[in-house]
Amino acid sequence: MIKTIKLKITDVLGNISNKFTAHNISVTILLIIPLVLLFLFSFLIGRYPVSPLDVITALYAKFLPANYSISPSLDTIIFQIRLPRIIAAMMVGAALSVAGASFQGLFRNPLVAPDKLGVTAGAGFGAALAILLSLGGLMIQISAFIGGLVAVTLTYLFSKTFKGTSMLTLVLCGIAVESFFAALIALSKYVADPFQQLPTIVFWLMGSLAAVTNQDLLLMGPPIIIGIIILLLIRWRINVLSMGEEEAQSMGVNIKSLQAIIIVSCTVITASAVGICGIIGWIGLVIPHVARMIVGPDHKVLLPASIILGAFFLLLIDDVSRTMISVEIPLGILTAIIGAPFFLYLLSKSKEVWA
Amino acid sequence: MSSIIEIIDASFSYDGYNKIFEGINFSVEKGDIFCILGANGTGKTTLIKCLNRLMELDSGKVLLNNQDIYSLSHSEIAKNIGYIPQIHNSTFPFSVFDVVLMGRAPHLDLFESPGEEDFKIAEKSLESLNISYLKDKPYTEISGGERQLVFIALVLTQEPSVLLLDEPTSHLDFGNQIRTLNIIEKLSKKGLSVVMSSHFPDQAFISANKVAIMRDKNFIDMGTPEEVITEQNMAKTYGIHVKIVDIGDRVACVPLKIK
Repeated sequence: MIKTIKLKITDVLGNISNKFTAHNISVTILLIIPLVLLFLFSFLIGRYPVSPLDVITALYAKFLPANYSISPSLDTIIFQIRLPRIIAAMMVGAALSVAGASFQGLFRNPLVAPDKLGVTAGAGFGAALAILLSLGGLMIQISAFIGGLVAVTLTYLFSKTFKGTSMLTLVLCGIAVESFFAALIALSKYVADPFQQLPTIVFWLMGSLAAVTNQDLLLMGPPIIIGIIILLLIRWRINVLSMGEEEAQSMGVNIKSLQAIIIVSCTVITASAVGICGIIGWIGLVIPHVARMIVGPDHKVLLPASIILGAFFLLLIDDVSRTMISVEIPLGILTAIIGAPFFLYLLSKSKEVWA
Repeated sequence: MSSIIEIIDASFSYDGYNKIFEGINFSVEKGDIFCILGANGTGKTTLIKCLNRLMELDSGKVLLNNQDIYSLSHSEIAKNIGYIPQIHNSTFPFSVFDVVLMGRAPHLDLFESPGEEDFKIAEKSLESLNISYLKDKPYTEISGGERQLVFIALVLTQEPSVLLLDEPTSHLDFGNQIRTLNIIEKLSKKGLSVVMSSHFPDQAFISANKVAIMRDKNFIDMGTPEEVITEQNMAKTYGIHVKIVDIGDRVACVPLKIK
């Protein structure tokens, strides 16, 4: 009896390891553990001292039916200040990474980042414009979001006017639109009031999570989460699409609609992420690479792994940003300063050869 | 016998007026190997791509099991027609098994990933071509000949009834050319219909049972290899002289030196 069960178990295990992906799925699950630890650890960082016990008690009291009560100041620190910031860091990191991984598959190019179609520059200009018009925080976010969508729509419409719309024309139009909006951002800075608006624009463009509130999360969270879910649902098809348009079509993929789904989802995700915290470069390019080095190129596991790693990386960066020196270092600067050497190190270590 | 795939009065142009071909008719039956010959740039590849709607005809019809392919979705076409391109590269180093698994795409919904059944079908395709040993290798690091076989395995995973091959032997070494033809022949014996283009008239003798020669926007001849691959036709098509010789187990088409 026991022997048959044992046999069955080895059988099942053998089956699972045969399945190739299974090995990678368990790696993905392993990746979650450091993320959870970092999540808990991040509550401890900051000017107001919070003990690990406080965090666990507070989380327990909040989310499980318990009779503990915690002090109001602790409640504010944990749930009004640190939690939204931690959630935002993880969400934005995950968002930019998953969008980057999807875009790299869509464009069959590992050098593509989610801002390739102009979404980041468009969102940046949207925010700069709102700041110029002295609109409030909420309006800056909405304006950034709309700016991102407008830029990608323009890219798409321009690429439509060329015969034989291929992904290459789309990228070329994206580059044009991107520099156009970059120029508009520069123009906004040039005309901005140098004492009030200019620093706001500059800091906003460098990216920060310092001012994130629960309300921001409620506004920009849903589009990010919906976009991520859609990308996760179609993730296996990105494999097929990355084999080439003609090949994918001959395998029965409706490429036009699949491309549209990916572009719309990534655009909404990225525009929302930029809306929450400004422009944070580098993550969307690098994290998919790191994920690919760990779990391989199969998008079925690559996308979940990118999400977890992206969340981990930006949360780590944000922790560093608020502890390293007494003033917060903008995230856009840190992601590059920490990310670039790390990436080069990984690249030199990896066996992967790009043809 | 009823035809699996039939093309009726087909014409195609890229720009709307310069026809690449017009008035083309042929039909392929179960187990047929139909080989299209022709000089470079005569539109063989374009014609093949029109058969599974990678390109759309200006006028004319393609019938798949008597159904107009323009009334079918891409996934319905892909369940019946597999297409193997001339040459293929992947950007990402997918494992061979992951690549072969992609052939299940037409059988899965948009939100679905392949499951146990699909793994089995993919394994079977690999086994049928004797390339199971490649399973875990990165697709980007195997040889051109192996990649060709892997792509054939991918297409077999689609479980089609028709195979379209665009110059399947043109990037292969001498031995792999003949091995590929042998595989094509075996597949046709299992009931698959094959439409392929080729630059080698001699290969039509080895594998095909129907041959057409494409030239000046149309077929100038169509029939069995013996009927079509003649010294006159080859001179007309390629502008060189050939000799058709009996070499024992088959006839061969041998090019002569240009004097």
